[in-house]
Amino acid sequence: MNGVPDPLLRLEGIARAFPGVLANDDISFSVNEGEIHALLGENGAGKSTLIKIIYGVLRPDAGTMTLRGKPFAPHRPSEARAEGIGMIFQHFSLFEALTVAENIALGISPELARGDLRGRIVEVSTRYGLRLDPDRMVGDLSVGQRQRVEIVRCLLQDPRLIIMDEPTSVLTPQEVETLFETLRRLAGEGCSILYISHKLEEIRALCDHATILRGGKVVATCTPSEETARSLAEMMLGETLSPPATDRRTPGDVRLRLNELSVEADSPFGTDLADIALEVRSGEVVGIAGVAGNGQTLLMSALIGETLAGRPDAIQLNGRPIGRMPPHGRRKAGICFVPEERLGHAAVPDMSLTENVILSARVRKGLSRNSFLNLPRAARYAGDVVARFSVKTAGIDHAARSLSGGNLQKFVVGREIMQEPSVLVASQPTWGVDAGAAAFIQEALIQLARDGAAVLVISQDLDELFAISDRIAVIAAGPPGRRPHARADRPADGWTAARPIGLARGGGARPCLGWSRGASPQGRCRC
Amino acid sequence: MLRLEPRREPSRAMQVLTPVFAVILTILAGLVLFAILGKDPFRAIWLIFFQPLTQTYALAELTVKGTPLILIGTGLAMGFRAGVWNIGAEGQFVIGALAGGSVALALHETAGLWVMPLMCIAGMLGGMAWAAVPAFLRTRFNANEILTSLMLVYVAILLLSAMVHGPLRDPEGLNFPESRLFSESMTLPILVEGTRAHLGFIIALVAIGIAWLFLQRHLLGFQIKVQGQAPLAARFAGYSEKRIVWLCLLTSGGLAGLAGTFEAAGPVGQLVPALPIGYGFTAIIVAFLGRLHPFGILLGGLLMALTYIGGEAAQIAMSLPSATTRVFQGMLLFFLLAMDVLVGSRIRWIPRQAAG
Repeated sequence: MNGVPDPLLRLEGIARAFPGVLANDDISFSVNEGEIHALLGENGAGKSTLIKIIYGVLRPDAGTMTLRGKPFAPHRPSEARAEGIGMIFQHFSLFEALTVAENIALGISPELARGDLRGRIVEVSTRYGLRLDPDRMVGDLSVGQRQRVEIVRCLLQDPRLIIMDEPTSVLTPQEVETLFETLRRLAGEGCSILYISHKLEEIRALCDHATILRGGKVVATCTPSEETARSLAEMMLGETLSPPATDRRTPGDVRLRLNELSVEADSPFGTDLADIALEVRSGEVVGIAGVAGNGQTLLMSALIGETLAGRPDAIQLNGRPIGRMPPHGRRKAGICFVPEERLGHAAVPDMSLTENVILSARVRKGLSRNSFLNLPRAARYAGDVVARFSVKTAGIDHAARSLSGGNLQKFVVGREIMQEPSVLVASQPTWGVDAGAAAFIQEALIQLARDGAAVLVISQDLDELFAISDRIAVIAAGPPGRRPHARADRPADGWTAARPIGLARGGGARPCLGWSRGASPQGRCRC
Repeated sequence: MLRLEPRREPSRAMQVLTPVFAVILTILAGLVLFAILGKDPFRAIWLIFFQPLTQTYALAELTVKGTPLILIGTGLAMGFRAGVWNIGAEGQFVIGALAGGSVALALHETAGLWVMPLMCIAGMLGGMAWAAVPAFLRTRFNANEILTSLMLVYVAILLLSAMVHGPLRDPEGLNFPESRLFSESMTLPILVEGTRAHLGFIIALVAIGIAWLFLQRHLLGFQIKVQGQAPLAARFAGYSEKRIVWLCLLTSGGLAGLAGTFEAAGPVGQLVPALPIGYGFTAIIVAFLGRLHPFGILLGGLLMALTYIGGEAAQIAMSLPSATTRVFQGMLLFFLLAMDVLVGSRIRWIPRQAAG
C-alpha cells in the first residue's frame, strides 16, 4: 500500500462485542479507490456486524475508521450515505405494488427524488448496462431485475463505496455475469466495492483483494485470483476439506415418480406447475436446479401434501399414488421432507426440540399412542438426532429459535433422515448455512442415498447440485400455453462447477423438467 | 422517537410474573384513582382486594363468580392458543343457559338425578351450536370470527329476552318477564351449607385438569399450539386448520354453554333477562391473565371474581360509582398487555433524524 494515496476506507482495530460473543475482534483492513474488495467468512464470522458498523447501523466498541484520510464514525445510516457509502442488502426492500420509479423515489432523500427522476433512472441504468423500465411494477420483475432497482437506487446517490451483501445468491448465472460487468465498470470509474460472499469462485473471478474473517478476527488477506477455491475455503474454515465422495451405487428401482404433475398456485402471484415429469430411483440423488420463483415453492408444497395434486397418480411413491394424500399419510408411506424455511415452516420457533420432532416424526417414530403424545420417546429421539448430527444446543428442552441457523438445519435434516425414509425431498438444504454444517448435511444426504433411499434436492446453488447430484433437472418457466416436452436426465459426472451453466441453460440440450406457467417475464427458458 | 425492539429470548420467569406485576400496578393505579375521587384509597383497596378473603361467605361467593369465569376462560384460552378468537362467549353462555333452562322448564314436574346431567348436555350443545355459526362462516367463507361471534352475542341476549317475555314466562308469575323457579332436582347441589357455592366449581376444576392434560399431552392440543405459533409448520405437519378452528370454537362454545346452564341452575335458579352480566367478556381477561394456561386461568378466574365481589362491597360501603369494578378489570388487562409488550420487547429511544 506504500506510495499509494490514502485508501478510501481504512479500519483499524475495530471491535464489537455482543452479550456472550466477541463479533469483531481487532479488525483492520483498508479498501482502495476503485477496488473490489471481498469480505469472506462463514456465517457468524462477523461479516454482518462489520458492515453494519461501516454503514452506521452499529457502533464499534473500539477502533477507528477513516474515510479518505478523515475520521469516520457514522452514527446512523443516513450519515454513512451522506459520506457516499451505499449498501445493497441481501433481502430487497421494495414494494411489489409500486413501479420501479416510485420505489426508487421512496428510498432516496426527498431532495434527490425531485426533478426528472425518471430521466435519471434511465440514464444511470443504461450507462451501467442495468436495463430497467421505470414504469414497470416491481411485482412483475424477476429477482435479478429487482436487484437492479436496488443498485440503481444506490447509484443515484453517487456513492464512493458500495457494500453488497451476498448479491448473487438469488441470481441466474447470466444475471451474475451482467452484475459483474456492472461492478467492474463501476470500479473502473473509481467507485469502490466491498463485496460480501461465501461463493468462492465468484470472489476469485471478481475481486481484487480479499479479507478473510473467522471467529470475528481477520485471519488472512490475499489476492483471490492467485488462490484456488479450495485454499480460500480452507482459510475461511481454518481446516482442510475433503470433497464429498463421488462413488455411487447404480440406481435401483424408481421410488418417486412425478407423472405429469400439474398444480395451480393458490395465490395470484404464485407460479403454477404444469406437467412436471421426473423419476427418482433408489440410491441416487437427483437435483432440481432453477432460479427462484419458477415454481420450486409450489413443487415442494405439492410434494409435502400441503397443496394437493389434481390426480392421485400425479405423484407416485414406490408405485403407490399419493397425490391426494395428506402429509402424514405420505410420511407413513415412506417419504420425508426438508422444507426451505427452517424457522416457522420446518420447525416451530418457540417450541422445544422435543416438541419439534413430534411435528414430522410422530407417525414414523411412534411418538404418540392413542393420540396422546409420548414425550419421553420424543425426547429420546430428539436427543438421538442432536447426538448423531452433532447439533450444538444447550439442550433438547430449548426452543428451536435458540439454535444457530446451521445447527437448526442439521437438526431438521437429521430429524427427517433418521426416520429412514425411502424418499427424502429437501429444498435448499444448505441455504444460509455455514460451510462446515453445509458439508455435513450434503454428506448425510449422499449417505442416505448410498443406503438405498431416493433423494431429491431442490436448490438454487448449482455448485451444491453438481457436488451431490447424480442427475440434475431444471425447473423453468416457459411461454404460457405451450406443452411441456422435456426432462433432464443428464449425469452430473464430468460437469465441473465452472462449465455447466452454458450446458444446462444456454446450449442445445433440453433440460426442462416441465414448464411452469405465468412467470418468466423474459421467457428465458431455452428448452 | 421510541421504538420497540423484540428481545432475543424473553425471560421465562418474567412471563410468569407479569400477572403479579399487573395486579400490583392495578392496585397502585387504584390508589391514585380513589385519592383523586376523594375517597380513602387504602380502605377502598382493602375492601376490594383483601376483605373478601377474610369471610367464609365471601370466599364461597368467590367460587360462585369464579366458576363461569374459569369454565369460559379455559375454553377461550384453547382457541386463543390456536389463533381462533372467539369473542362471543357471552352469547354462547346465554344460549347455554337458555337451552339448559328450557330442559328444566319442560321437565318441571319431574324429579330425578338424571335431570341435571340432561340440562348440562343441553346447555353445552346450545353453546356449541351458537359457536358453530362463526366456525362455519370462518371455515367456509373466511369470515372473521371476532366479528361474527361478537355480533351473535346481541342476538343471543335478545333471544333470551324474547323467550322469557314469551314462551318461557312463568304462567303464575304475574306477567313478570321471568321463568318459573327451577325445582330441587334442577338446581345444582350446594357445597357448603349457608352459602351459594355449588357443584359447578368442582366441575370447573375438573375441566381445568382435563384442559391441562389435553394441551400438554394430547395430539390435538399439540396441533392447536403449533397452529397458533407457526401456521406454516402446522401445514407442513399436515394439521388441518379447519378442523382446529371447529374444535376450538366448539370446545369454547360448549364450555361457555355449560357455564350458562350452571349460572341458571345455580345462583340464579331461573331464567331472567338479566342473566348475562358479562362473564363471557371478563373471561377473555381471565384467559390472558392466566397466560392461556389452565392453572393460570384458575388463579386468574378467582382474582377476577374477587374484583367483582370486592368491587360490590366497596361500592356499598363507600358509595363508590358502580363502574368501579369494570374500571379495575380494564386496568388489569391494560397493565397485563403493557407488561407483555415489555417482556417481549424493549424500548429504545431513537433520535428523530435516524428514523427518516
